[in-house]
Amino acid sequence: MSSEKDGRTSTERREAMAARLQAVMEQDGESIGRITRTANQLSAYAYDQFDATEQLRTEGRTIKEDAIEKLPSLLDQVHEAVESNGGTVHLASSAEDANRIIREIMAGEDAETLVKSKSMTTEELAVNEALETAGYDVFETDLGEFVIQLADEKPSHLIGPAMHKSSDDIAELFNETYGLTGEDALSGNPHELTAFAREKVGERIRQADVGMTGANFVVAETGTLMLVTNEGNARKTAVTPPTHIAVAGIEKLVPSITDLQPFTELIARAGTGQDLTSYISLLTPPVETPIPDFEENTLRPATDREFHLILVDNGRMAMREDEQLRETLYCIRCGACSNSCANFQKMGGHAFGGKTYTGGIGTGWEAGVYGTDSAADMGDLCTGCSRCVPRCPVKIDIPWINTVVRDRLNRGRDPETFDLLVDGLTPDEEPTGLDPQKRLFGNIERLATLGSYAPRLSNAAITSQPGRWVLSKFFGVDPDRTLPTLATESLREWYGARGPQVTDPARDVVLYPDLYTEYFNPARGKAAVAVLEALNCRVYIPPVPESGRAPLSQGMVETATVQAEAVNSALISQLDRGRDVVVIEPSDLAMFRGEYERLLPAASFSRLAENSYEILEFVSALLTEGESIDALAMAGEPSAVGTDRGEESTTIAYHSHCQQRTLGLESPTTDVLTKAGYTVRTSSVECCGMAGSFGYKQEYAGVSQAVGEQLADDLGDGAGELIVASGTSCQEQLGWLYDRKVPHPVEVLAPASTGRM
Amino acid sequence: MTTERVDSFISAVGATATVHTSTVDHFIETVTDVITEPAIGTAIGLDGVSLDNTPVETDLTPATLAEARTGVTPAAYALTEYGSLAIPTDSDGTELVSLYTSRHVAVLPASQIVPDMKAAYERFADSFSMDSAPEQDEIPTTQVFATGPSATADMGTLVQGVHGPDEVQIILVEDR
Repeated sequence: MSSEKDGRTSTERREAMAARLQAVMEQDGESIGRITRTANQLSAYAYDQFDATEQLRTEGRTIKEDAIEKLPSLLDQVHEAVESNGGTVHLASSAEDANRIIREIMAGEDAETLVKSKSMTTEELAVNEALETAGYDVFETDLGEFVIQLADEKPSHLIGPAMHKSSDDIAELFNETYGLTGEDALSGNPHELTAFAREKVGERIRQADVGMTGANFVVAETGTLMLVTNEGNARKTAVTPPTHIAVAGIEKLVPSITDLQPFTELIARAGTGQDLTSYISLLTPPVETPIPDFEENTLRPATDREFHLILVDNGRMAMREDEQLRETLYCIRCGACSNSCANFQKMGGHAFGGKTYTGGIGTGWEAGVYGTDSAADMGDLCTGCSRCVPRCPVKIDIPWINTVVRDRLNRGRDPETFDLLVDGLTPDEEPTGLDPQKRLFGNIERLATLGSYAPRLSNAAITSQPGRWVLSKFFGVDPDRTLPTLATESLREWYGARGPQVTDPARDVVLYPDLYTEYFNPARGKAAVAVLEALNCRVYIPPVPESGRAPLSQGMVETATVQAEAVNSALISQLDRGRDVVVIEPSDLAMFRGEYERLLPAASFSRLAENSYEILEFVSALLTEGESIDALAMAGEPSAVGTDRGEESTTIAYHSHCQQRTLGLESPTTDVLTKAGYTVRTSSVECCGMAGSFGYKQEYAGVSQAVGEQLADDLGDGAGELIVASGTSCQEQLGWLYDRKVPHPVEVLAPASTGRM
Repeated sequence: MTTERVDSFISAVGATATVHTSTVDHFIETVTDVITEPAIGTAIGLDGVSLDNTPVETDLTPATLAEARTGVTPAAYALTEYGSLAIPTDSDGTELVSLYTSRHVAVLPASQIVPDMKAAYERFADSFSMDSAPEQDEIPTTQVFATGPSATADMGTLVQGVHGPDEVQIILVEDR
């Protein structure tokens, strides 16, 4: 069943993927994890400490949008500026074209050796291979790239190419490469390694015929290149050899000098957490620096220096025309999206990467530069947790780019994998070639609805041996994970029988019956009702469909759009009556306030977004408006949680949902819990690793567990504490990790007296 | 106002470099104290400030550059906000001297401190509009904002002193 062109079954493919991810985690994970987590924390601090962060992110975004919009005219302008300064501009349409131009320059200069400073664009073009094949010697001068070149590996991170290597790994590599043994052998001391590499690289720079740099930005008006560096190798590479070639993607163009300011102040804060890098070079070639000839011990005049700017298209103009991928071109390649990504932190770019580009934004670059298939193995590693979004210095919606690429991959999948059983079970708007696993999780609502007619039977099927075999074999559900089981009574069934129990309500509110609360975990919903009623709200729970989050996470954009429209239709009359919509599941609120902007007409989107609230956000607002916290269960008092879950505890370890944090909604929950008398600790990891269906998938269960263990390390053993989480997935993952029920905060606050429900 | 700006600049520089305040009259003394020989330097370009009569060599060749332990150059201006120096590029080889030596000594006139990055870029942008006026030609259209020593984290931990200097000293000339 579902045999792909390579002759493997889908189960074999999933197992192979799981094994590959496991191997990369073991090989690279420790070093990548240590460095990315540190950079991520430093970056969060740097953003927080800097008053202008948000203002400059907005300015930077605007500058990039504007620059890409008028890219054709900027190309003309930079051509004129550089040539009137005395340099030469080449426009390369493809990688082959760029490499041909570079070889011609080498031949024209009678050059033999070229030194390079770090540039992802030249990695994309495979410049080193092209030059080496033509008989030239190429040496990388960035220490990370130098290591990668010696090891003959690919960069594992946009700005830290050798981030996956520990200092011991590097020592071993140097000792082996240079035959250092006994007393000469290097230890893993980073200072010693740096000194050794500096000597080797320094010699290459002094002897090279040509120096090649990238450019972080190119100013169209003046022909100025901006290089953002720490080591100083790019400065040396640009001015020491008699010829300087700069290679840059056309998306690096900005109109004027002052446009560089926001990026200068943001790029290091985002990428490494520094305020600024050591060096911001602003080169307007030809530069006046004389050319040092170390062999002849002479300084040649600067007028002898040749300058070539190679501007590379290689798919970028097509990306510019592509409404969904265009945003990728705003990327300034700081690496912040990788550092803030829980999955990336566990494995790095050798797993979360394509041919060249790594991390969340890498999916957009791979798809744009090499084609959608090149992003096939990486896009699913983005769980849509959205923690990269507030960190991106140009506000790129990176999860959306991953969703779009996933959607395109679904559509491009070989229709021979058409599967009647699955297709018949779950009719949707998606192409017939859609992977059965994606179809299962994308249509979870339909399955839950069908199953809820006979929940005990469905649960028995899910948890039985044969049931699990089917789920694993056909749908790629990891056999070690148990899918959540259906409740015997849905939230709406319970509420229908119970009805509102509030006298003289101060306001009417709608509680959104999200899929998980409705069918799998009504306890959260019952607690929400109890809390809202205690705060004088009359609650309505109308039938409203699943938000579209589930299909969207599988890249099923059409199905998600249909869901969004249905949700909107179901809520319109409620909004017309002036009722606020209260949402328990943060990932659904994130749809209403985020993705719906792309799925619904603008007016519908803003109306729903403006009138929807996360449950604790709403409670916090009610308290501010004068309702009393005393109406809720205070620390140590009986609550809906029940004593078997440790309700006597007055300390809470709280993991806020990833998308909730991106919405800035961690603090209402901690504030309310604090007002209720709890001492609250919060986790600092970005994501629980469960991410909806991600952790259930056979190929990703190992990654998900590893990410979850990171969270458990962070939260501690939880002894004597309540462990509380807001997201269904987080509750599941923490429940699995701690082997106990992990309640939603609203359950902690629900007074037990209003009925153990 | 200038004193305030100087004080904030010194505090922003913090641990990234050492600041030595001096005057035109005391410059020779200060520079002699701050360098380790052999030292190489480029023309400072401030009225009354020169490397003549100091131990700093001014005959730049690749050999003197490679041997030098200290490099003395002008800084065109500085930014209070980040404690950064704008190192100009010139035909004397300021870029090479500030980059190839392990101790970079930058000479900064106290009057040339701008408050923030925005002001710094406006100043840099001005160097282009003045291209048409040859008498203003000394304002270079190539420069480096340098903040502290060169550094890398590629070898497993932060190491200062990679391809560029491992320490930076700033001589702040108060009366220029």
